Amino acid sequence: MRARPYSSWISRLFVVSVAGLAVTGLLQMPLAERYALTEVPGLAWTGDFFLVHRLHSYFAALLLFTAGLAATNWLRAWRDRLALTPLGAARVVILGGLMVSGGLRMYRNLPSVTLEPALVVTIEWVHLGLAVALGGAALAALLRGPSAYARLR
Amino acid sequence: MKKSGATQSGLSRRGFLKALAVGGAGLAAPSLALAAPGEASATPGVAADAELVTVLDLSRCIGCGACVEACREANEEKFPEPTKPFPAMSPARRAKPEDWSGRRDIDDRLTPYNWLYIQSVRVRHGGADHTVHIPRRCMHCVNPPCANLCPFGAANKQTNGLTLINDSLCLGGAKCRTVCPWHVPQRQSGVGLYLHLMPRFAGNGVMYKCDRCHQRLDRGEVPACIEQCPEEVQTIGPRREMIAKARELAESMNGFMYGLDENGGTNTIYVSPVPFELLDAAIEQGRGRPHLKGVADVMAEENSAATAALLAPVAGIAAGFLGIGARLLGPGEDGHATQSKEGDDAR
Repeated sequence: MRARPYSSWISRLFVVSVAGLAVTGLLQMPLAERYALTEVPGLAWTGDFFLVHRLHSYFAALLLFTAGLAATNWLRAWRDRLALTPLGAARVVILGGLMVSGGLRMYRNLPSVTLEPALVVTIEWVHLGLAVALGGAALAALLRGPSAYARLR
Repeated sequence: MKKSGATQSGLSRRGFLKALAVGGAGLAAPSLALAAPGEASATPGVAADAELVTVLDLSRCIGCGACVEACREANEEKFPEPTKPFPAMSPARRAKPEDWSGRRDIDDRLTPYNWLYIQSVRVRHGGADHTVHIPRRCMHCVNPPCANLCPFGAANKQTNGLTLINDSLCLGGAKCRTVCPWHVPQRQSGVGLYLHLMPRFAGNGVMYKCDRCHQRLDRGEVPACIEQCPEEVQTIGPRREMIAKARELAESMNGFMYGLDENGGTNTIYVSPVPFELLDAAIEQGRGRPHLKGVADVMAEENSAATAALLAPVAGIAAGFLGIGARLLGPGEDGHATQSKEGDDAR
């Protein structure tokens, strides 16, 4: 937590949720069985598509909670004292898109909800594309030095 | 429960064609044809494009195979024509191609070239012997796990209730087959999008299964298996009407239903004079040969997790209004430092 102006537990919540989402997101693809991840002691669960999908939803819940908390604090007080870094702003936009597309994806999976197939495909691929974009932006932020989303004005 | 039951509620092959004529707009407005007045007993509130359910009266099926043949003919142009030799895949020990292209005539199980087959059994029930023939194919679940868990949106439920695998998007990972309670989709390697991406490292072909002749439904026609059945085993119509019909049929023969509640509900309902437990014990099961066991809703827990996630931001906003995490830190402080001047201001 390098020189972040907000509490480190918020950063930790964010890092844990995004890392969990990245891992369980990758495991949505049928790779664990093929690449013998399921053979690694303690990782047999990676081949359980239902469990991995549920974990993805739970990590999403953690991220959405953190985002709701941060957004409310931002609107109530932080915006006068904090400014988003350029790469922080870019990642906020990407994360917003990921949360919206992910939320739509979860909504689509609820029973009694049937969306137009073209819309579903769009949601899926936007979500996948934004996940890759977030990875790229996070890597760029790490390579540039301090990777905080915001700094004190 | 002979001829009349087939058309009282919902549409048999003949009834459907008659409804087209009565409606007079069959091809121009195909989805309307399914809810056309006359045969479909016009249930109020059923939308023209509502989910369609098929009811299979197993007491009528003679196992002639006309439906199997009709399915093949109607869908022949969708069958895979793989490129050979198949690309090498890694790791070779675990990623193996599946090739049915040299065994296209197999009709005693589901394959990429055989989307419907008939299980025939002889069982004893109620002091009598019964020969039962069971046409098997995709159940078209109301909340299909194959579509919900497909990471690329290749498998999709359509608004008319059928689940369709898009062969131009599918990478053949077979996740849909794993999560399907009946393991229905079947893979053919050497075809599809994966060939143009990284065939060595990801993908393994395309998954195939019954798509309920979606092209025929789009034209206002019934699926080929229904049209060609000489015994009018199947009827198709709006969900509400078909459920009523299935219940009525089951009651009339003192019979049993399968598919109404399985996996939270499917758009295929079998009605049999013999309990499905007996049929399940008697049928040959294995790869491409689905069971007839009771199936709990496999998406139930996923739905709870999704609901929790959709409510999580509300909890986060509430926490924010309670001032949790609002304190900002000054330079050099970490999350456990004492409250700063900025923190005081931030509150």
